[in-house]
Amino acid sequence: MTSELDIFVGNTTLIDEDVYRLWLDGYSVTDAVALRVRSGILEQTGATAAVLQSDTMDHYRTFHMLERLLHAPPKLLHQLIFQIPPSRQALLIERYYAFDEAFVREVLGKKLSKGTKKDLDDISTKTGITLKSCRRQFDNFKRVFKVVEEMRGSLVDNIQQHFLLSDRLARDYAAIVFFANNRFETGKKKLQYLSFGDFAFCAELMIQNWTLGADLKELKVLVADKDLLDLHKSLVCTALRGKLGVFSEMEANFKNLSRGLVNVAAKLTHNKDVRDLFVDLVEKFVEPCRSDHWPLSDVRFFLNQYSASVHSLDGFRHQALWDRYMGTLRGCLLRLYHD
Amino acid sequence: MPGKLKVKIVAGRHLPVMDRASDLTDAFVEVKFGNTTFKTDVYLKSLNPQWNSEWFKFEVDDEDLQDEPLQITVLDHDTYSANDAIGKVYIDIDPLLYSEAATVISGWFPIYDTIHGIRGEINVVVKVDLFNDLNRFRQSSCGVKFFCTTSIPKCYRAVIIHGFVEELVVNEDPEYQWIDRIRTPRASNEARQRLISLMSGELQRKIGLKVLEMRGNAVVGYLQCFDLEGESGLVVRAIGTACTLDKLSSPAAFLPACNSPSKEMKEIPFNEDPNPNTHSSGPSTPLKNQTYSFSPSKSYSRQSSSSDTDLSLTPKTGMGSGSAGKEGGPFKALLRQQTQSALEQREFPFFTLTAFPPGFLVHVGGVVSARSVKLLDRIHNPDEPETRDAWWAEIRQEIKSHAKALGCHAVVGYSESTSICEEVCILSASGTAAVLNPRFLQDGTVEGCLEQRLEENLPTRCGFCHIPYDELNMPFPAHLTYCYNCRKQKVPDVLFTTIDLPTDATVIGKGCLIQARLCRLKKKAQAEANATAISNLLPFMEYEVHTQLMNKLKLKGMNALFGLRIQITVGENMLMGLASATGVYLAALPTPGGIQIAGKTPNDGSYEQHISHMQKKINDTIAKNKELYEINPPEISEEIIGSPIPEPRQRSRLLRSQSESSDEVTELDLSHGKKDAFVLEIDDTDAMEDVHSLLTDVPPPSGFYSCNTEIMPGINNWTSEIQMFTSVRVIRLSSLNLTNQALNKNFNDLCENLLKSLYFKLRSMIPCCLCHVNFTVSLPEDELIQVTVTAVAITFDKNQALQTTKTPVEKSLQRASTDNEELLQFPLELCSDSLPSHPFPPAKEHLESASSNSGIPAAQRAMTVEKASPVGDGNFRNRSAPPCANSTVGVVKMTPLSFIPGAKITKYLGIINMFFIRETTSLREEGGVSGFLHAFIAEVFAMVRAHVAALGGNAVVSYIMKQCVFMENPNKNQAQCLINVSGDAVVFVRESDLEVVSSQQPTTNCQSSCTEGEVTT
Repeated sequence: MTSELDIFVGNTTLIDEDVYRLWLDGYSVTDAVALRVRSGILEQTGATAAVLQSDTMDHYRTFHMLERLLHAPPKLLHQLIFQIPPSRQALLIERYYAFDEAFVREVLGKKLSKGTKKDLDDISTKTGITLKSCRRQFDNFKRVFKVVEEMRGSLVDNIQQHFLLSDRLARDYAAIVFFANNRFETGKKKLQYLSFGDFAFCAELMIQNWTLGADLKELKVLVADKDLLDLHKSLVCTALRGKLGVFSEMEANFKNLSRGLVNVAAKLTHNKDVRDLFVDLVEKFVEPCRSDHWPLSDVRFFLNQYSASVHSLDGFRHQALWDRYMGTLRGCLLRLYHD
Repeated sequence: MPGKLKVKIVAGRHLPVMDRASDLTDAFVEVKFGNTTFKTDVYLKSLNPQWNSEWFKFEVDDEDLQDEPLQITVLDHDTYSANDAIGKVYIDIDPLLYSEAATVISGWFPIYDTIHGIRGEINVVVKVDLFNDLNRFRQSSCGVKFFCTTSIPKCYRAVIIHGFVEELVVNEDPEYQWIDRIRTPRASNEARQRLISLMSGELQRKIGLKVLEMRGNAVVGYLQCFDLEGESGLVVRAIGTACTLDKLSSPAAFLPACNSPSKEMKEIPFNEDPNPNTHSSGPSTPLKNQTYSFSPSKSYSRQSSSSDTDLSLTPKTGMGSGSAGKEGGPFKALLRQQTQSALEQREFPFFTLTAFPPGFLVHVGGVVSARSVKLLDRIHNPDEPETRDAWWAEIRQEIKSHAKALGCHAVVGYSESTSICEEVCILSASGTAAVLNPRFLQDGTVEGCLEQRLEENLPTRCGFCHIPYDELNMPFPAHLTYCYNCRKQKVPDVLFTTIDLPTDATVIGKGCLIQARLCRLKKKAQAEANATAISNLLPFMEYEVHTQLMNKLKLKGMNALFGLRIQITVGENMLMGLASATGVYLAALPTPGGIQIAGKTPNDGSYEQHISHMQKKINDTIAKNKELYEINPPEISEEIIGSPIPEPRQRSRLLRSQSESSDEVTELDLSHGKKDAFVLEIDDTDAMEDVHSLLTDVPPPSGFYSCNTEIMPGINNWTSEIQMFTSVRVIRLSSLNLTNQALNKNFNDLCENLLKSLYFKLRSMIPCCLCHVNFTVSLPEDELIQVTVTAVAITFDKNQALQTTKTPVEKSLQRASTDNEELLQFPLELCSDSLPSHPFPPAKEHLESASSNSGIPAAQRAMTVEKASPVGDGNFRNRSAPPCANSTVGVVKMTPLSFIPGAKITKYLGIINMFFIRETTSLREEGGVSGFLHAFIAEVFAMVRAHVAALGGNAVVSYIMKQCVFMENPNKNQAQCLINVSGDAVVFVRESDLEVVSSQQPTTNCQSSCTEGEVTT
């Protein structure tokens, strides 16, 4: 006796959160059944393995049918085929678009292209996330990217409107889209210590405060003009003397640090060089400070003073531009400065 | 030209991409009714076209309005080639044809294609202007209301229950008009869908005409079925119960108006139970009367009219009235005569109802059924309905005479079904023989004196259990005892019925679903030989099904079955029998004896041991079941055999003295006999198997109950959480050495596993009851068995359910579910403000029910809420709102029950009767057979919901999937499925919402007086 056909259709579509989790994680029905058995569900409910198999198959089929709609979440809300309470709809969408930290760190800043998709095998091996789940997450990134790529207006709002994600998740996707668009390098070894949260934090600051095409080259004068550089240094040193544990290290390193920070600005004008932003920030600022064992509070003191002192430089005429640049950069650096 | 149909096509959305180049669609719409077609403009390059068409107007006869569906076809415009059809929507406009139902159909309908399924949605508005019809000889029956519900619908009152109406229409099946090579699946499917839609409309119209002839205004318990006979044609047949209904929802008809007699009816003060003492006794066996007739090639040309088969069997007053008993005397004879005369005028005194207004059902005799095997290729004139009419008339006649043998003049809970395999067709009919109260059947027959006599008698709740037949002339052997409730009348030891448990019946503990399952192999044969083989097998199957039911009932420690439905399915090489019923312990019936196993070879020691082991197992199971279902009848008589029948719990005050009288005792002893001796003789391995299989049925996991009746006896405190579902399973039998035993085991496992899966899937709803569990079996191919289950899971409040004694709260809750029935029976008592003293002082129980919270205030609230009711298409459109945890917009509930727990039905919008075909030629790509059918059933649900929402409703009650015919051809990567569903579209309002609304309203006199009543009772 074999079951040829075995289905269950409810007027309200039954969603089992645990099975949804397993499905999203890319487990096959067989694996999912095994995992459910291990969870002790048979003992709790007195069900048989056959019942569990049938139930899992059924849920998988439902999810498979829902997947098409999840690709365009507003469709899930308007469709008439599956009657799903709104709270459940929101859960389905949110979980579908959720991603794994390990996965996103691998893909962040990469071009969301077929080439990258071919690498998913390796990513799967490396992260231990099933290939199926990697594909779903990658396709989600790509789908969101494609939809909002050409849109005007707030990135977060656009994502929220077209994918009905929670605020938190929409912000994360905005960061992913922003990184993919600018192709920021995030995979280098020296950047490995950074989490997706660190990058997303920076992305949000940059999206909010920076616009393309601002003439950041104008800032270069701060390091190119020797007098200005010296004056800047003395202003900072005067203000921080006695207040900084690492004062002497700062004093010795000031010009290097300042050059690093200002050159980053200059590089932002070239699309090609933008990709190295985080590499530069870590190489030119984070690493030198860290090797001198600056405490975070000293970094904050320094960056505040470094950024504020420019206001007293009479020969410098791009105060507003500087503030916008440094305001964001300071925020990013403080976030990136950890072990 | 009595009607104008107006249609407006507003917009479409989510259309499929029809032009690969642009990824867009140039859509337009054809609107067709009868032979007239209108078209919208082409809306270029959009998947969400906004047509905003003018009003397309069709001027039509109301006959056409009833028969024809409105056909809306969405197409993709193509300049250079033929336009591609995207899909269709069929809209049944019948709900617009009677004033109380929907006034407009407006909403988003799924666009359906038989090959691709749902492809987007279309927004349509439909209205009908009806002109007064002056033609008395009209062919239409506009205005007759149809209900699938098998009880008097809530918010209506039954003035008269006229009786049985039936009709069938025949047509050639378009599927068989096509030569396979030429036929395109789409064309053939659509032709069939359209034809069945047309035939349903015609059938409904014809039934409506019969109702009008009977001076009724509604059909309740309307059951329409299709017989896909194959080459001999396609039959659509329907049965129902004609009634004259009065609407209750308008407050005016309710409050002051209720002391003036409404309409032509004499307002008969309602009186609970006419007379429990009217009949003397007789025996009862639950299920005895079957017939197996086989008439392969007779021609039935004698009938000219399609269904008015006059079989001139005048009901004799025979058995029943002849035995007018001791206490009943002349009065009883009078009652019987009147009933008889009321029913005699009817050709078939059948009622498709399964639940009745209180007092309607006087006695129940038992289940009557009849089956007959026919050969479809022997129909002489297959295009005409005569032959089938004659077949059914024959069966109905059988049923009628069986009922008479049980001393009954009527059959309630009546239904008909067929099973077809190739050219063989089994026709089945079954029902419950009953004695009815004539008052509902005809106006004017009830004399004043009778009324008075009736009132003198104390109402009891056990009357329906009392045997209607003659004790001395029992149709079959049965053990009779005096009723454990009133002790005056005889009751059988076991009662089988096809109806719902009467709401006033006293039940001990809870009920449970009981199934008998059986397979019988049969040789493949042709024509007559085949039919004869089947005819020969049927009696054995019936007998075994009956024995299984009886054994399982005893194993549960229960004594009555309700909602019994026996389905016999015929296949190429086997017959399947599946009986489902809800077992209960009726307080009025004696405690069932256990099951005794008797071995055949008493000298064999190990065998003996085995037997005693089995016996112990059975006894343990019975004990366990009694505990599980809380069956604790007061002081079981088993320990004190020969002593008086113990006092039934609860309502014993009045009867106590009688029960102690010694006369009763002696009489009881005599009749008590040896009711314990239910012996199962194990004389061969088969019998052993049977006993084993008895014990394999696993009870539902803790927290679950199940029944196939409307509500679970013993559970009253339902919450509003419901989940209706359909589950389908098909298994393939290994064809090697199939034996009856192996088959039985396979079938049994299939059903048990299916139930287990349901319990597992719905575990989050615990404590929960599966209600109205409806199993259907079909044999689509040689080695395939298909089981389809539709049911509703309802969560109940555990804390209250644990109490076995009825608290007032529980009582009122119970009333809530049956409120309208009671409500509509006590209009006079209700208007206490206008009538200082009741002209007809009701019995205590009446008062109680009339004043329970679900009585007047709710009905009164109904109108206040109707305005505020958050339903309708506006609501439906709100689906587009962003998700929000607490919004419940656009939800359409579906349930096979006639009510929605925790809610009040305020309006019936019309019948939903839909037929769909789905076919695929890419079965693998659609996820195999499971993926294909899963999607299709989900689509069917969606289309039902969309139609209900467009009518302005928010639920379908009495929903039923009447057919689910699935065929596959995996080798060709093809599958096809036909589904037929029906139900009543309604508007409901949550009781909690009602209370909020009503508390905001100024309290009226009546309301406050009712509230007081509630407190005091």
